[in-house]
Amino acid sequence: MKDFMLVFRGPSYEDLNFTPEQSQKAMQKWMDWIGKLSAEGRFVGGAPLTAEGKMVKGKKPLITDGPFAEGKESVGGYLIIKADSLKEASEMALGFPDFELEGTVEVREIVPMA
Amino acid sequence: MGSSPQQLVDHLFRHEAGKMIAVLTRIFGIHNLELVEDTVQETFLKALQVWKFGAMPDNPSAWLMRVARNHTVDLIRRQQKFADVSTELSMRLQSETEIAIEQFFLETEIADSQLRMVFTCCHPDLNLEDQVALTLKTVSGFGVQEIAKALVSNEAAIQKRLYRAKEYIREHDVRFEIPSGFALNDRLETVYMVLYLLFNEGYNSSKADELIRYDLCAEAMRLCKLVTEHKVTAQPSGFALLSLMCFQASRFESRLGEDNTIILLHQQDRQKWDRQLIQMGYHYLNGSSTGEVLSVYHLESAIAAEHCLAPDFASTNWPAMLRLYDYLLEQKPTPIVKLNRAIILAQTAGVAAAIDTILDIPGIAGLLEQHYIYAAVLGDLYSRSGNFPEARRLLEKAYDLTPSLAEKKLLQEKMSALTV
Repeated sequence: MKDFMLVFRGPSYEDLNFTPEQSQKAMQKWMDWIGKLSAEGRFVGGAPLTAEGKMVKGKKPLITDGPFAEGKESVGGYLIIKADSLKEASEMALGFPDFELEGTVEVREIVPMA
Repeated sequence: MGSSPQQLVDHLFRHEAGKMIAVLTRIFGIHNLELVEDTVQETFLKALQVWKFGAMPDNPSAWLMRVARNHTVDLIRRQQKFADVSTELSMRLQSETEIAIEQFFLETEIADSQLRMVFTCCHPDLNLEDQVALTLKTVSGFGVQEIAKALVSNEAAIQKRLYRAKEYIREHDVRFEIPSGFALNDRLETVYMVLYLLFNEGYNSSKADELIRYDLCAEAMRLCKLVTEHKVTAQPSGFALLSLMCFQASRFESRLGEDNTIILLHQQDRQKWDRQLIQMGYHYLNGSSTGEVLSVYHLESAIAAEHCLAPDFASTNWPAMLRLYDYLLEQKPTPIVKLNRAIILAQTAGVAAAIDTILDIPGIAGLLEQHYIYAAVLGDLYSRSGNFPEARRLLEKAYDLTPSLAEKKLLQEKMSALTV
């Protein structure tokens, strides 16, 4: 099996103004998904990213606050999973709980370094 | 990393929200309720961000409380800039503040803070609607749309109630405390009334969907328990109210059949009544039988207990029931109690006597035009007395008046039985 990175963009939970009950439901969906990947031995790791960020770019590089167009377009976190193929990894990404909240997943294969 | 999906306790976040709001309000003051609610919101955001990647803590409640406490300490540190004192004193003052804050997060203090919040929401100068909305929001951690759903209202109306209540509390410097002495008894009456209403909204309103109604009943019971568990606020009437809720809740599942039809008491499968809740009902009713006050909750609970005692509808002790209703009527001479008493009277003195009693209720003509329940009950009694035309007229009226599909279905069945 190979390693794949799932890159999550959006949603920006800050803007959703969830009630405690809604937060709990959103949380439970994530725990179910990650728990399932875990139980199947597919979960390698992952982490959330904070909303703030800086952009460093240019030939004479400048540090700027953007451009992060909108909260929901910036990267909110990533997951590394094990799958046999890009196709299978993408199918596993269908379990991502936040599609309804306009979140997206980018699926990329990680090149083995050895 | 857990190997299988973890399950959060039902409504954990709601309950934790209520706790955190209460504790933080005690720290920041009731006038800072907005700030408090924002802080709680941030705490959940943080949890959502961190936990969802599989790092759920072993003790989620403790985690949330710790994050809320850290937020609090940060906020207060930012406010306390001791520019005019030495570094040494400044550090000492800060550490004292932190120790003081720590105290508020102790388990016993949390319960105390929650009760203060209950009593503040039930301030007698607020009207009942606002009290109920504010209680659901700040004590129970419901969101605006959930409150609207539970109370069969709309979000704008609920927002307005909450705004009005918060404004009043801020402007009038309402104290965040459990009243003492005579004031406590008065305020407890209001608290009971709010909890009673919460419970009944959940138990009776057939307009709201079943899940949120169940939540509402459970929440009313949880808060009532909170009130009866605190040594200062534990009163016989509170135990009586709690026992009433237990008895009623024991029938929650058996009241509705497949596709949401209403099953009347005499047709309910008593095997389905929740024995454990009935036992708890008796337990709390026993606990309520001290002191000299015989509250309406005592009487209503005793009536509910009579139903639970009878193995089937036919063996209900109707004379005992009627006596209880007579006592209740003395304390609560409302049309609805009179109506309910008439239903019992039909069992002891016959249908004709029951009909006469109902027709004697002051203002009955108007009530029959406005509330389906009067027309439904009277129509049913006429049908039992054989006066089918009058029965039909009233059942049709009830049918038009009730917004509930389940009620309509039941009335429809009764009307079609008339033609047979």
